[in-house]
Amino acid sequence: MAVSSAAPLALRIVAECPVSKARACTLTLPHCAVSTPVFMPVGTQGTLKGITVDQLEDLDCQICLGNTYHLGMRPGPELIEKADGLHGFMKWNRNLLTDSGGFQMVSLVELSEVTEEGVTFHSPYDGKEILLTPEQSIAIQNSLGSDIMMQLDDVVSSTVKGPRVEEAMHRSVRWLDRCIAANKNPDRQNLFAIIQGGLDAKLRKACLDEMTKRDVPGFAIGGLSGGEEKDDFWKMVTLSTEHLPREKPRYLMGVGYALDLVVCVALGCDMFDCVFPTRTARFGSALVPWGSLQLKQKQYAKDFQPIDPDCQCPTCRRHSRAYLHALFKSDTAAMHHITIHNISYQLTLMQSVRQSIIEQRFPEFVKAFMKRMFPSREQYPSWAVEALQSVNICVC
Amino acid sequence: MRLELSRAVQGCRLGLLTGLGNTGQHSLEVPGCLLYTRCATVPHLTQDTLHTLRDLPSVTQVSVDSLAEHHEVLEEFKEGLRKFAGLHDTVLFCSLHDSANSIPAGHVTNKTVSVWGSGGRIELTAARFMAIQAAIQPDFYQSMADGETWQAGTSRKRVRKAVDRTLAHLDECLVLHQKTQELKQSEIFGVVEGGDILEERLRSARETAKRPVGGFVLDGFHSAAMDQDVRVQLIKATSAELPQEKPRLVLGVGRPDEVISCVEAGVDLFESFFPFQVTERGCALSFNYNIDPDPETAVLEFNGEMPAVKKLNSNGDENMTPYEMNLKDKRYHDDFRPLVEGCSCYCCEKHMRAYVHHLLVTNELLGGVLLMLHNMAHYLGFFKALREAITSDRLQDFKNRVLHCREGD
Repeated sequence: MAVSSAAPLALRIVAECPVSKARACTLTLPHCAVSTPVFMPVGTQGTLKGITVDQLEDLDCQICLGNTYHLGMRPGPELIEKADGLHGFMKWNRNLLTDSGGFQMVSLVELSEVTEEGVTFHSPYDGKEILLTPEQSIAIQNSLGSDIMMQLDDVVSSTVKGPRVEEAMHRSVRWLDRCIAANKNPDRQNLFAIIQGGLDAKLRKACLDEMTKRDVPGFAIGGLSGGEEKDDFWKMVTLSTEHLPREKPRYLMGVGYALDLVVCVALGCDMFDCVFPTRTARFGSALVPWGSLQLKQKQYAKDFQPIDPDCQCPTCRRHSRAYLHALFKSDTAAMHHITIHNISYQLTLMQSVRQSIIEQRFPEFVKAFMKRMFPSREQYPSWAVEALQSVNICVC
Repeated sequence: MRLELSRAVQGCRLGLLTGLGNTGQHSLEVPGCLLYTRCATVPHLTQDTLHTLRDLPSVTQVSVDSLAEHHEVLEEFKEGLRKFAGLHDTVLFCSLHDSANSIPAGHVTNKTVSVWGSGGRIELTAARFMAIQAAIQPDFYQSMADGETWQAGTSRKRVRKAVDRTLAHLDECLVLHQKTQELKQSEIFGVVEGGDILEERLRSARETAKRPVGGFVLDGFHSAAMDQDVRVQLIKATSAELPQEKPRLVLGVGRPDEVISCVEAGVDLFESFFPFQVTERGCALSFNYNIDPDPETAVLEFNGEMPAVKKLNSNGDENMTPYEMNLKDKRYHDDFRPLVEGCSCYCCEKHMRAYVHHLLVTNELLGGVLLMLHNMAHYLGFFKALREAITSDRLQDFKNRVLHCREGD
């Protein structure tokens, strides 16, 4: 690999938008270079829902996610390590990012309990009690061998208020230090910190101050994209990017709707992940620049155009809405076609965003994007208008 | 279409079906199989994954079961199923039923048969059946038929009725075929019925052979319907009544041993639903059909050192055959070998048993994709090896190799 062993990550800022906080970068990681802004599809259990790694490569995906909680349960870190890490197990030759398992713990599992030691929960497979500590999360991720690992954070829903939020923020800082200490492979695996603090500006700022003191290769903005109000959401995002180092990547976790991606790029974020595009595909929902098509609905039975006539993905080049509508009644391949299209849509969107930043026309791109997505200006969501306004892009 | 037979060896017919497709430039080696699809898609596969398979059959099979509910859409589309489904340059054969699904009995009348789509049962008269064919525009298709003779103890009377009705449907379809502009380039295959009654089989064959059909579909011989020996006898007798120069396709037969015996009885073409069924139960075809193993393996075999043939895995689906391995079995949890050593399919070149096992255990969609690719590749390999064995007069060696699995240790 071309990356020095001392730093398995290098960020080169290729262009910055003179108007907003958007940047276009090249992020060099152990397996290959990644162009940012980037959307990372989520392959939870070591597979991207019905698509082969070849198909994913053909879509120009340079980095995708695997999930520590799920893979830690099945097939387990020992087996994956024997198989040459998650890369060797699923035969993906490009970059992998693994999250810590913390989020699943809280969102998926009942009766999880958080203490200073870690998170205790009951295994959904055999009911046994399991304790996930920062050290264990990192140990699993070391076995998985991902290019980017996430710290174990004390995750609190963004709708929770009160002292629990502060407690979680401070604990996340302490857990970050434990994670850093536990990382066996700092020369090949990058550990990212996760900024917490809920929707409280003071707490966020405190967290930023503390975590940026640690020399981690990158930062994630966590604890958002839960069920919080969008008005609060964007303010925490922009506060975070304001205080994160310019020369390190900013990863906004769990963000995936097209509008959110574009706005948060304007606010200074580089990396994004979300299950939405791939999950919604399996329900027959195809993403397009003007919204989405629910292909299982009757109205598409005789619609003989492709999902998006301008889309160059394999699905749109060969199939019509009508055929996909019919296929949904017969075979799972229908889901795969939409999954491929949706991933292509997200990746292409990010490529277009990046190109516009490089060509110094990002604000124009945003305006055109909004016009395409919403039937009229009155329907532009006000949070998005305000957020863009805050970085000097006026779409009204 | 034209069937050019190059040889007939021990009952097996070897040759090439040519002149297929609307420009007549496609051909299909015989004995061979068609490419099984549901609604024109090979299960689990998009075009990209499908085309990792080499030497795909040039003929794609669809069924009225999966297409009847889309009749109106196809009619409005006007340009036929091939174009509707984005299938460039393939030959299309349309059967009545999807052999991977079992058909509920009791829905056949004198004038109608029923098919089963996603929304339930659809009743078809010959007229409606032909209107559907006109909308699909296949290159060849089987005539509407009453095949409901597969239940144990079907009475002679019922079998006779099935033969009569099927002939009546054929005559009606032929008339409509002549009048249908969209089917000008298509050929119709007659369907031979007769259950397990020799006389009826012969009658059906002789009568059907009198009609101007392009080939013959042998119905009612499904795996579950009758004993292998009975099947072979009846097919041999039936085959003798059919013109040699027209192809014979048997429905519902897919297991390797049954394929071999049907080929020996005079069958040319098979469906390929069997690899799909294997896939759906989380299994991978693994039987050996290679009669010329590489020198290393040959030495091991000669010295009796080859590992004993796999016993049926425990916890397997009750429909599992000796020709497959159950990838859900715990023993594959940390098995880093390919599904089948030496297989060149996408799954075996790229992935390992442990990964496929993981996908099946976690119910991941990719499991079906990879298994379908492997099973299809293995099955096509089997047919190719069968043709080569017939060509080189080594059918007995081939049978010994393939059927050895069946006998267990």
